[in-house]
Amino acid sequence: MSDFETVAATENQAARRGPSGEPGTPNQIGAAHKPRSLAGDAWRDLRRNPIFWISLALVVIFTLMALAPGLFTTNDPSDCLLSRQHAGPSGGAIFGYDFQGCDTYSRAVHGTRASLLVGALSALGTGVIALVVGMVAGYFGRWIDAVLSRVIDVVLGIPLLLAAIVLLKRVGNASPTVRITAVIFVLAILGWTTAARVVRSSVITAKEQDYVAAARMLGAGHGRIMWRHILPNSLAPAIVVLTIALGSFIAAEATLSFLGIGLKAPTISWGQDIDTGRIHMRESATPLIVPSTFLALTVLAFIMLGDAIRDAFDPKLR
Amino acid sequence: MFRYILRRLLQMVLAFFGTTLIVYALMFAGQGDPIQALAGERPVTAAQRAYLTEKYHLDATGVGGFFYRYFDYVKSLLQGDLGQSLTGRQIGDILQAAWPITVKLALIALAVAIIFGVTAGVIAGIRRASIFDNSTLVLTLLVLGIPTIVLAPLAQYFLGVKWQLFPPTAGSEPTFYALLLPGIVLGSLSLATALRLTRTSVAENLRADYVRTARSKGLVKRRIVTVHVLRNSLIPVVTFLGVELGNLMSGAIITEGVFNIPGVGFNLFRGIRTEDGPLVVGIVSVLVVVYLVSNLVVDVLYAVLDPRIRYE
Repeated sequence: MSDFETVAATENQAARRGPSGEPGTPNQIGAAHKPRSLAGDAWRDLRRNPIFWISLALVVIFTLMALAPGLFTTNDPSDCLLSRQHAGPSGGAIFGYDFQGCDTYSRAVHGTRASLLVGALSALGTGVIALVVGMVAGYFGRWIDAVLSRVIDVVLGIPLLLAAIVLLKRVGNASPTVRITAVIFVLAILGWTTAARVVRSSVITAKEQDYVAAARMLGAGHGRIMWRHILPNSLAPAIVVLTIALGSFIAAEATLSFLGIGLKAPTISWGQDIDTGRIHMRESATPLIVPSTFLALTVLAFIMLGDAIRDAFDPKLR
Repeated sequence: MFRYILRRLLQMVLAFFGTTLIVYALMFAGQGDPIQALAGERPVTAAQRAYLTEKYHLDATGVGGFFYRYFDYVKSLLQGDLGQSLTGRQIGDILQAAWPITVKLALIALAVAIIFGVTAGVIAGIRRASIFDNSTLVLTLLVLGIPTIVLAPLAQYFLGVKWQLFPPTAGSEPTFYALLLPGIVLGSLSLATALRLTRTSVAENLRADYVRTARSKGLVKRRIVTVHVLRNSLIPVVTFLGVELGNLMSGAIITEGVFNIPGVGFNLFRGIRTEDGPLVVGIVSVLVVVYLVSNLVVDVLYAVLDPRIRYE
């Protein structure tokens, strides 16, 4: 149906195959004379991976663009004159003007902020829910795990786009801040399941480790064991999943804005610009191509970055 | 087996009531004015208001009133009566006209995914770490990463408008040729995922003990691959494609909207655009059911195909 659902479905199948990190962590694989940690191995792999560097550079550029759009363009994106509709490039507007006579390039640059904000905050919200649910389910096990796992199954079974349409229709006419919050909220409460499964399986692996038993024997309580011993060891896989999720959340936000139920007019977003550009593509294609390229590059950058890190950390895939 | 199916069926019924309750509660309940919420930002005429009040029993109040209306909605949903859109057309009729087109599009997309995805996946799995393998990996990453709202309009512009290889939009009676480009766009995502799944599972199975046994028996490579490896490798792919068919059937909102294909997704797209509340709720309810049923079928299929999966 749409990209993020396909991604979710794939990851769902991956999750069905069970915990990815089998017991017996690769920490002991270092040779007798030259011990190397898993992270060291992964870093060596990453350093030689061009995809990692390209995606990292793109992420840095787009983050900078979101924080300080003034560095990339001096034109005001809301300075629109109908008289220069679809006009060619001039005075800083390197890609010309769109249907409303706004600077195409400037709008694309200024659209970065909303996209990254929604993506990052949804990923953060997702991460918090996933960590809490995954930790509790994985650590306590038994009926708590059974109940939470069923909850995950049910939420995973809800088609994201359809649910988002229903949820966001309720927002109606609201201020831009409320709209952004609503989109973030919807994406976070529908998208946390994959990450929660990953956290759960890595917590299950981590809690059987000797150091956890040692901590328990020293008299550490549940809270301390979870916070100090298990959390640091199950954070890495969750961060990788969340990096990829960040990319798909940006795509989801753009899709919702494209449909007209995500971010609306005063907020500049790529999804909306792609939609207007699409309608007028026969007159001028640049207002379609420019925001499309920005969106595709951003989403790709996050997905490729997460993918590269995951490959480096997963020795089975080598 | 029977018990497994029964249990899954029971789960599905629960999920059905759960999701329809959520859809219903979100759309209609707890609002200041449910009729205005239905109509969105448009003004509601007195006639429409009276009609909707009577139709949805809005004069009954409280929790009892809510559940009365909810069961009313589920009852008509199960009877296939989806009500009317704000334009006065029967939603059932709209869906009946739209579904064959969506199914046609879904089948084209699935065919694209199977023909190219599975074949390339098998080759990439056998020749791991070759140039072919690496380039397909990068290509699939690109396809998976580029959102449909970028892919569909750009394909339409370059292949349809600029180079005129395909018709840029499909009309009310789309031909196979007009559906081909949207089908490829729609199928490209499934293609990429199917390719990756096939590749991983072929590569994994090639290292399995039974393949080593077959090789040491002196079987030729072609026979090992086609008979021994493929049969086991295609299990996850078949499951994935099953889920995918369910997804595709429930309408490709973006693709159908962009290419103007009058399928289910297009009607939902239009319903959202024109703020036609009843149409959106009607279509979403049906799509949720389609989604749940296709998930059930796939789970059962998975259990049948892979005897290693326990039914309990």
